[in-house]
Amino acid sequence: MTRNANANTKNTKETKPLFLAAKISFFVIFVSFVFVFVAAQTPPRRIISLVPNVTEILFAIGAGPQLVAVSTYDVEPPEVRSLPTVGALVDPDTEKIISLRPDLVITYGSQTDLQEQLKRASIPFFDYRHGGLDHIMVTMRALGARTGHADQAETAARGLQASIDAVKARVAGKTRPRTLLVFGREPGSLRNIYASAGRGFLHDMLVVAGGEDVLNDIDKESAQINTETILTRKPDVILELNAANQLNDADLKAVVDPWMTLSSVPAVRNKRVIVLNGPGLTVPGPRVIDGIEKMAKALHP
Amino acid sequence: MSIRRRIATVVAAFTVFAIAVMIWAPTVGSTPISLMRAFDRSIPWDDNVDAQIFFVARLPRVLAGGLVGATLAAAGVVLQALLRNPLATPFTLGVSAGASLGAMLAVTMRLELSVLGVTSIPLASFAGSLIATAIVYALASSQRRGLSTNVLLLAGVTLNAFFSALILFVQYLADFAEALRAIRWMMGGLDVASYVPIVAALPFIVISLVAFAMMSRTLNLLSVGTEAAAARGVNIVGAQRLAFVSASLATGAAVSLGGPIGFIGIIVPHLVRLMVGSDHRIVLPASALFGAAFLVLCDLAARTLMSPLEIPVGVVTALIGGPFFLWLLVKRS
Repeated sequence: MTRNANANTKNTKETKPLFLAAKISFFVIFVSFVFVFVAAQTPPRRIISLVPNVTEILFAIGAGPQLVAVSTYDVEPPEVRSLPTVGALVDPDTEKIISLRPDLVITYGSQTDLQEQLKRASIPFFDYRHGGLDHIMVTMRALGARTGHADQAETAARGLQASIDAVKARVAGKTRPRTLLVFGREPGSLRNIYASAGRGFLHDMLVVAGGEDVLNDIDKESAQINTETILTRKPDVILELNAANQLNDADLKAVVDPWMTLSSVPAVRNKRVIVLNGPGLTVPGPRVIDGIEKMAKALHP
Repeated sequence: MSIRRRIATVVAAFTVFAIAVMIWAPTVGSTPISLMRAFDRSIPWDDNVDAQIFFVARLPRVLAGGLVGATLAAAGVVLQALLRNPLATPFTLGVSAGASLGAMLAVTMRLELSVLGVTSIPLASFAGSLIATAIVYALASSQRRGLSTNVLLLAGVTLNAFFSALILFVQYLADFAEALRAIRWMMGGLDVASYVPIVAALPFIVISLVAFAMMSRTLNLLSVGTEAAAARGVNIVGAQRLAFVSASLATGAAVSLGGPIGFIGIIVPHLVRLMVGSDHRIVLPASALFGAAFLVLCDLAARTLMSPLEIPVGVVTALIGGPFFLWLLVKRS
């Protein structure tokens, strides 16, 4: 009882300063809300990208100069080569990332540990995951809105879409060769062949370029297939992606030769095992159009 | 029944089983083929899809599976006797880790050499297995005269762990796609699509299997104990050396052909012992034959169950072998 009475007297005594404190704290909260709101509206000026193809997209929409660091695998465009690196998909250097005081970090969907740490450090991040071909345009627009380059992003996305549509129009009506799109195998043999299957941007690129994917029915981005599958599916064309910039004749022969074992496959018999060169062929960014053009040229010479 | 008759009967039974499996396996697969067409010489090779499926896609796999299965199972028997340890496998003494490190390096360094048609990854893995064998051998024979099986075991297990750490390190430094390729190699695969790697591995495997066959009687004595064997006039050191070197050589060749396919080297010998007893004169050939049939069947599952996708054969042997072996353990005790 007495304690309660005491507390009451104290309360009445301190009413005035308490009221003041409440006013101040309301003001502080209001200001910080305004600040947060404004901050959310100001485009990030210190972006770190851990995903190389998103780095390319950022440059394509004009947000490149806002980058302060990239992943260890980033090489394109050349401007990124002078930027500091902060690890990559499986080994992001969280300490370095935080020490660079970024106001936006581009993370890959599987980097959940990093995302937790960024949340704890109150650093905003953009969660990216590979998708189909359309996803490149979607990502362009989303990043445009996020980095204050909505208009440039819109232009870039429309430009890319227009180039894609142009290829589509060019191959429309032509017979679509049944194609196997190979992007990895043991050198010098036909072991452990990895091919693009019925989903993902490589599959979409092949379809845009006027090919019919022989692994259409496999609902995966990539599939490891054996020689029996290739013999049964009988592709008309085998497109093999090779990361090398250029292959001389001897190297090219070494790459193509192992396929000759499967001489009943139409692609092999008709000499339509075609090696596509270029490090950018498997990067779902603005350079996809080069890959699509190369595929279209190979499929419809 | 005399022991000779018993050996002959049991080995004949296992031979019939293994041959039956090896003949049946290439006739089945994800796509039905016409054997009539496959063996019809009047159809040009380039037009004969059935023949190419049979002779390019299936037969090399079956032969490779038979060879690798027989080698790993027999090497398992030899090492279990040599180390007098039922848990020993062909991979206990570091051979597979050495081979894996070699393959890993070949993948990450993008080696593209080939010797007589044998490509870089099998070459590098075989070299790795030889290096691992040499290190373990040198360590085990350095302490005193002869070969210490204790040091052999400890050195092998340690080297396994050390090489595995190196593999992880190289993998960590490697490019994403390369790391994936190397990991895939470690799951084992028999889709060789060519007879060249089989022919290349064959001499090493045949020499080792002949060595195994010659020492079955010695292994009986060694598995009881070295003193007992010495009392019976066995040249212990010579026998141990021969057992270790031939088993390692055979394992290295098998791993370079099909990757480090696990479980064959441990479950097949134990299963065979359950069926025919522990006399190495029977266990050794029976394990080799049963190992061949077992791996060919596992590979059949690997290439058909999820077709057109391929299941790594090492995953199949582990999925079948693991639970089966545990059931066996519980049932025995």
